[in-house]
Order: sequence, then structure tokens, then C-alpha cells
Amino acid sequence: MQPFTTLTGIAAPLPLPNVDTDKIIPARFLKTILRTGLGRNLFDTLRYHPDGTERADFVLNREPYRHAEILIAGPNFGCGSSREHAPWALLDFGIRCVIAPDFADIFFNNCFKNGILPIRLPQEVCDALAADAALGANARLTVDLERQVIVRPNGEEIRFEVDPFRRHCLLNGLDDIGQTLAHAPAIDAFEARRRAELPWL
Amino acid sequence: MGQTRPRTLFDKIWDSHVVERLPDGTCLLYIDRHLVHEVTSPQAFEGLRMAGRRVRRPEATFAVADHNVPTSDRRAGIKEPESRIQVETLERNVAEFGVRYFPLLDHRQGIVHIVGPEQGISQPGMTIVCGDSHTSTHGALGALAFGIGTSEVEHVLATQTLLQKPAKNMLVRVDGALPFGCTAKDIILAIIGRIGTAGGTGHVIEYAGEAIRALDMAGRMTVCNMSIEAGARAGLIAPDETTFAYIEGRPYAPKGEAWERALAWWRTLPSDPGAAYDSTVVIDAAAIVPLVTWGTSPEDVVPVTGVVPDPADEPTEARRAAKRRMLEYMGLTPGQRMQDLAVDVVFIGSCTNGRIEDIRAAAAVAKGRKVAPGVRAMVVPGSGLVKEAAEAEGLDRVLIEAGFEWREAGCSMCLGMNPDQLKPGQRCASTSNRNFEGRQGPGGRTHLMSPAMAAAAAVTGRLADVRDLAR
Repeated sequence: MQPFTTLTGIAAPLPLPNVDTDKIIPARFLKTILRTGLGRNLFDTLRYHPDGTERADFVLNREPYRHAEILIAGPNFGCGSSREHAPWALLDFGIRCVIAPDFADIFFNNCFKNGILPIRLPQEVCDALAADAALGANARLTVDLERQVIVRPNGEEIRFEVDPFRRHCLLNGLDDIGQTLAHAPAIDAFEARRRAELPWL
Repeated sequence: MGQTRPRTLFDKIWDSHVVERLPDGTCLLYIDRHLVHEVTSPQAFEGLRMAGRRVRRPEATFAVADHNVPTSDRRAGIKEPESRIQVETLERNVAEFGVRYFPLLDHRQGIVHIVGPEQGISQPGMTIVCGDSHTSTHGALGALAFGIGTSEVEHVLATQTLLQKPAKNMLVRVDGALPFGCTAKDIILAIIGRIGTAGGTGHVIEYAGEAIRALDMAGRMTVCNMSIEAGARAGLIAPDETTFAYIEGRPYAPKGEAWERALAWWRTLPSDPGAAYDSTVVIDAAAIVPLVTWGTSPEDVVPVTGVVPDPADEPTEARRAAKRRMLEYMGLTPGQRMQDLAVDVVFIGSCTNGRIEDIRAAAAVAKGRKVAPGVRAMVVPGSGLVKEAAEAEGLDRVLIEAGFEWREAGCSMCLGMNPDQLKPGQRCASTSNRNFEGRQGPGGRTHLMSPAMAAAAAVTGRLADVRDLAR
């Protein structure tokens, strides 16, 4: 996993509430056995007409947001299906940070596994950041995970919270499985105890 | 033991599965059963292969193909190349890693969340995961069951654990008795309508109360299934005699002395008197009516006797804009009567409502009636065994004579990734779980409801109040 330390980039405003993972990547694009190549169909129905041409009014079809690396989203972002194809599609497009008032739980987890930082901030702060993002090319935000701050274009800093363990993993690009396997003796002991107590499991 | 604080069902299952607790409160949680399907697993197995890792407990891992399989005759194989590759990849992976698999032509094949309980794989007190958000279904048996992403699928395959933080406890108590014409589907739609699609975020919902106790296992699975539509990763119902009677004798259920020991343990699982919940919601079952959704979020619930709401009544401009967009997508105008909406397609099936009890309910409405002209109505059993059971009862004949299609088991039209899809603009009465834009096919318009209500829509050609059709 690519580490996430500091990201400075274009932020795109997408303030719709309840953007579900079907909207992020419709099911018909899940017939892949790879993690890559999904960026083209990110937000497919919002982004394209049925004939495949771009919808001019969709934010990611406009400059400079075609190059967005940060998304300022609405409440309950990523609800619905558990498909990790949703963060894969965001990542493949180039988005490494999503800021929203709140996220659905499974999507929130899936982001961290892919080097994407999801940040929860109150609605009014998201509104201010969305207003920054609307400034276009002048709207570069800096997300500093080490210091846990977002730096606005006017220099103001906004503090955000993140689980210490997840922060550690993102900063260092750590593979969860490798870390868990370091606990193998504890897992062995747990399994031995359960085999004795609840043998049918 | 008598000194410990009173604990909820969730607390008990959680506590008994913590392998290690990290300094920031993250827990290494042991996973008892892992269900795997073709869409969210290929990248996980590939990850294992690249790292030279094995599946830690193949005997605790069960695989079945359900999402992208066609529901027409499958003896000739899968025509669509990408879907075929995904299923073949699953078959290669289960062979290489030694995982149990219910093949496409086996009568045990079906939707993973129908198969788990049906085979006795899902049991009280377990932790169960699957790369699918409707894993919450298995909570109906008193198991902590939740959906995970593909990275976590790989993590469970490799370590039989997950890194998790404990959820909060939410109690949803449904008091009283459900009125005539209402079902478990109406209960869960009423709950989602009340708390909203993010109402359960960060929580595990325990469903309790007289109306929940009175449900059979199929109804309890319908309720728990849609917990995720209320934002909760898991739903739970305390195991009781209904649960035990359902599990006993199933292929993977404990037998003999192990059954007695399991039963004794399962009886200790229900929440202790006085256990604390972070939040409580009380619903009066007697006030529930047959419900349908009008919009593109499962929280957009109205009585079937009601009208399309007016976005102007929403409190904020963001919400008004969202509701206007929904009306445009759904082809509706405020004030329109729900019962005036003509349907093009009726879909009865899915992990929400694809069990034998659901098919019986649909057949009871269909019996002696005909599907309205111009309506395509399909019934898709949740598993091959559900299909066989329905055929043994003659339900297939009733449905076919009424003009319904009788199909092979799979996820079918619940999600648009197999040949069963809506065409743009088609309106569908569906027993599935999500009315998202494009969920059943690009441009498709979904109204969620119970199987009896969907059957009523099929025979009247419009959204209909099933109570009016009752003999």
C-alpha cells in the first residue's frame, strides 16, 4: 500500500447526500478480477450520458477537477454495498482523500485498506471546504496526516481526528495482514482454547 | 461471574471473540465462519497467492457463486464472458486453497445469505463475515455477522481474524402484534423510514419486542438483512426456541452431544436484564401498514395508500434538491397516489425475500389470478433447495399458471450485474433491498415492498394494497 503522509491537490465538491457505492461504481463494472482500471467508470451514471458521452455539468468532467485528488462529499458517503471496487475506482481516478460529514462504516474501513484517507468533519466545515473547492485551480488543499490538519487556501488550518492505529498504518503504508500475522501465537492459543470449550465450532 | 456488568447479546459475542486488544482499542477479532462469493473474492485470493499465504481455516470457509450467475437454464454454462471468468476464477481458487464450494449445478447453490442458514453453517454466538453488505442477514440466528471489503476478505482468509473497533449498541424494540397484511418487510421498512439510512451508522442493531419474537426465521432474516440499509453493519435477534428448532438437523449444525452443549451455550447469549444500549427506538407494530418506497434511498418509505411526498416539505435546501432529483429519476410528481403507479416488472426474490416462506406468500396472492397484461413478473428462489421445496408444494405450478416466470437460484434482478436487469425507465415492484439509482439496471425505477405486495402489483399491474386482494 502506498503510504499517505501529506497530500496537496485539487479538491472537487460533490455535496450530494447518501452517495451509495452503486453510484460510485455500478455493479455491472464489478465483473473484474483486478483492482485497477475502474477509474474510467467512477460515478458512471453521474459522469456519462447513456450514450457514453460526458455530462458537461458533472464536476469531475470540468477543469481543474479532472485532476482532483481530494473529494469534498455529502453526508453518509459510501452507503450500501460493501464493494471495495468503490475505493479502488476512486484511487484509480486519482482521489486519495475524501472529506465528508459522515461515512458509511464499510466504505470508511475499505478506504484505509487502500491508502485513501477518509476524514469526518462537521457539515459547516465541509461547506466551507466545498466553497474553497469551488474556487477551482486556486483551491488547492493540503492534507497533512502527520499533523492531522487540513490547510485551506487562505492558510487557515483545520484539525481532524483519525484512529491512531489507522493513522500509523497509512503513514507507513503498512499491510494489515503482515501485522496480524505477528500475532499468530495469540491466534493459535485462542483457537486451541475454543477447540476445547466449543469443539463443534 | 455474578459480579460482571449486564451485557448485551452483541457485547457477549464480541467479548468472546477478542484475541487481542491493541492500545487504541482496536481488537483482533476471531472469525468463526467466512462465506465467499465470486465478485468480491478474486483479488483476495490473488493477494494470498502473491504473498505465498494459505487459507488458515479452509473448513471454516464456504464458497458459492450467486451475484453474476444467470437464472435461466445453466446446464450450458455461463454465456457472458466476464461473468464466466469470475465464476471459473472462484472455482480455481477454491480448488487451489481447499475451500468448500457449492457448485452451480448443485441443488445447494444459491444466494450466499440464503445458503448459510439453510445449511446450518450460520449459528448463534458465532462471528460470520462475507464480502457482501447483506451478511447482516445471519444476525437473525443470533450471530454477529457483517459485510467486509475485499482486503478484509483476504485478511480473514489468511488469519481467520479481523482488526475491528467495537460498535455501539442500538436496541430497536417492536412492541405489539403486526396487523393483517403486514410482514417482516414492512417492519424493517418502517424502521428504516423512522431512523433513516444513516440512523444505525456505527451501531449494531438488536431487534427485540413481541412483534420480532413472533416472526419465523424467514421473517427475522428479512429484518436483519436490511440492517445495512439503516446504516448498521449488523443486526441481531436473540436466539430462542424458534431459532433452535430451525437449526436442528441441518447439515452443518452440531449433532448429538455437541448439539446439547451448543444449546446450553446458546441459551446464555440473550442480553442480560438491565444491559445498557447507546440508543433505543420503540416502534408500535399495530401502527405499521403495508409500505412501499417512492425514492432512491431505502428511507423513502410511504404507506401504499399514501402519495408521493413534496420536496418542499424537506428542512434544508440540500435535502430538497436531493428529493427533487429523486422525483425526476423516478418519474414521479408530488401528490401522486402510489396506487396509481403502473409497473412494468415485478421481481420476487433476493437475500431479503427469496426463502420458501416468501414464495408461499407470493403464491397465495397469485393463486387463481393472472399477471396483468404487459407486466413481466419473475420469481427467483434464493437457492436450489428453496426451488425444490416450492416445487414439492406445487407453488411453481400456481405461479406459472398465473403468468410468472419461475427461474433458477441467484441474486438475479436485485443488482444489475447478471442478465436480469431493468431497462431504462422501467418501473419495478421489487422484494429486494435497494432502490438506488441504477441498482436493478441503468435507468431502472425500483419500489421496494413485501413479496405479497409485489405479487399484488403483478396481478393488478400497479402498486396495490394487498389487503384489498385478500379473500
